[in-house]
Amino acid sequence: MKKMNKTTKNNAITYLMVIVIFAVVQTLSATGNLSRLLTGLLVPLCVYIIAAVSLNLVVGFSGELSLGHAGFMCLGAYSSALFSHIAADSIPSVPRFILAILIGAAVAGVFGILIGIPVLRLRGDYLAIVTLAFGEIIKNLINILYVGVDSNGIHVATDSTGYKLAAGGKQIMKGALGISGTATLYKDIKDYFFIIGTVLIFVTLFIVQNLVNSKSGRAIMASRDNRIAAESVGINVTKFKLMAFAVSAALAGVAGVLYSHNLAMLKVSVFDYNLSILVLVYVVLGGIGNIRGSIIATIILYALPELLRGFATYRMLIYAIVLILMMLFNWAPAARDWRSRVVEKIKGGNKNKEAA
Amino acid sequence: MSFISYLKDGISLGSIYAIIALGYTMVYGIAKMLNFAHGDVIMVGAFVILTAITKAGLSPLLSVLIAIIFCTLLGITIESVAYRPLRKASSNLAVLITAIGVSYLLQNLALLIFGADAKSFVTVIDVPAVTLFDGKLVIKGITIVTIVACIVIMTCLTLFVKKTKPGRAMQAVSADRDAAQLMGVNVNATISLTFAIGSGLAAIAGLLLCSAYPSLTAYTGAMPGIKAFVAAVFGGIGSIPGAMIGGILLGVIEIMGKAYISSQVADAIVFAVLIIVLLVKPTGLFGKNIQEKV
Repeated sequence: MKKMNKTTKNNAITYLMVIVIFAVVQTLSATGNLSRLLTGLLVPLCVYIIAAVSLNLVVGFSGELSLGHAGFMCLGAYSSALFSHIAADSIPSVPRFILAILIGAAVAGVFGILIGIPVLRLRGDYLAIVTLAFGEIIKNLINILYVGVDSNGIHVATDSTGYKLAAGGKQIMKGALGISGTATLYKDIKDYFFIIGTVLIFVTLFIVQNLVNSKSGRAIMASRDNRIAAESVGINVTKFKLMAFAVSAALAGVAGVLYSHNLAMLKVSVFDYNLSILVLVYVVLGGIGNIRGSIIATIILYALPELLRGFATYRMLIYAIVLILMMLFNWAPAARDWRSRVVEKIKGGNKNKEAA
Repeated sequence: MSFISYLKDGISLGSIYAIIALGYTMVYGIAKMLNFAHGDVIMVGAFVILTAITKAGLSPLLSVLIAIIFCTLLGITIESVAYRPLRKASSNLAVLITAIGVSYLLQNLALLIFGADAKSFVTVIDVPAVTLFDGKLVIKGITIVTIVACIVIMTCLTLFVKKTKPGRAMQAVSADRDAAQLMGVNVNATISLTFAIGSGLAAIAGLLLCSAYPSLTAYTGAMPGIKAFVAAVFGGIGSIPGAMIGGILLGVIEIMGKAYISSQVADAIVFAVLIIVLLVKPTGLFGKNIQEKV
């Protein structure tokens, strides 16, 4: 361990943490100690972890507040589910799923670039509201999209009467009703979705951590810390911000793929700004720019409302109060001073004991 | 004639957005934070009015006054408990997330107290409709009241900020908080006052919103809140006339989009217009363009 530098060690700890959590969960589920409810939460948890880690790339390392993450998840989810349905009969499930992931990532990534080019000209809260607007536009447009497939090819329309399918044709996207039955296309590998999700978390971590610690990553952080100084040493700020934005969007797309393929019914209404905000809460509470923090915060905050199910009606209320208290405790300067005083006291106490 | 009818609906809806946006824009201008819970204060105001009238049997006017006072106190409390400790935090995202927490808190409190089913709002404003052009154009009483209320509020607020001492203190805090403090302005009191005014306006907005669209749930305030926020950005956040114009334009675009294009994509049109405006004028229609200096 001594030879490793600090970042390598840090990254290794993050990977190790994911492996340990995965091993614990797998052991629990193998020995039958995991309830059905909790088992059902594992894949969504992977989805949110990927989403949070990828959003951290934009919010933490690029320093831009994005409220449109759900829009990119939505693009990944719908494009890949659409592909899965179209290719259902022609490609076996494992390569089909891999292709679906790549397609989801590519579509979300391309939109990330397209949206990023105009949006990244704006700063701060303006950027936040425009990303929110894009997320809502994507949601609105998918909401009216109808796609069907038959022997003549693929048909697209903006209302339910836009096209007539030939005999044997299949209606895939049904506007606000969304796409149904994606999960049943993958019956044979459905049991491995948690493992696939963990692998995808690994891939996400690998991409984000390597990007952050690369030359480009340092340029991204330099642009965040001082835009003018970064520009004056020849860093193309727009290019690097765009890079972070597009990579983040593509990874959000991957989260969307996992989400849509785990569900029997995919509805666009889940991808509203509340989802973006939820993921942002994970990122900020875990520590802006702290990847491991994002993972831990996601696990805790995702599990919290579920663990509070016993309190039924009060659970979201408790969640809100815990959220506010955690923010105050973590971020208020007064609370931070108090914490460091307590830590010093404990340390000081130990020293006194040693002296005695 | 249908165009004028839509226009009047748009201005009416836009006036409500404008009143909400005023709350957003004042808080942003002075505290430099996005108060995500603002939309939910609207919902609280509407519920207070409804409860005061149906449960306590008070007169509409008294109920509205109680709601305004309640929301004002609520705004001051939220600011001092949840936002003030974070004012000097190292990241301004912290206070944004706390505001989201407050928003969840208000929504879930309302859910617990009033239940999940939609309540129908009572008639508070009883003004007769006006018929023009031999009955071709009917303007509802609530529409007239909304537009008049919007103009009155806008005028009073502008005069308050420009002419009175607390208003000038607001301007000073908005321009440079530290310098204002050195000149003897009580920054905490000024920010509290801003939240008080914004939240009081939210109660009025709640009344107007629920009178025009009389269905009230715990989530009633959320979407109008977001739209009003868009309106504030549209007009240039921090600017009072900007919030006004932004709100009204947004309302008109939304109603016209619904009427002439598609009711399903009306929101998408609103957001698309916002994006185009921001790309052409990155600080909104009336925003100050401050050049960054080294």
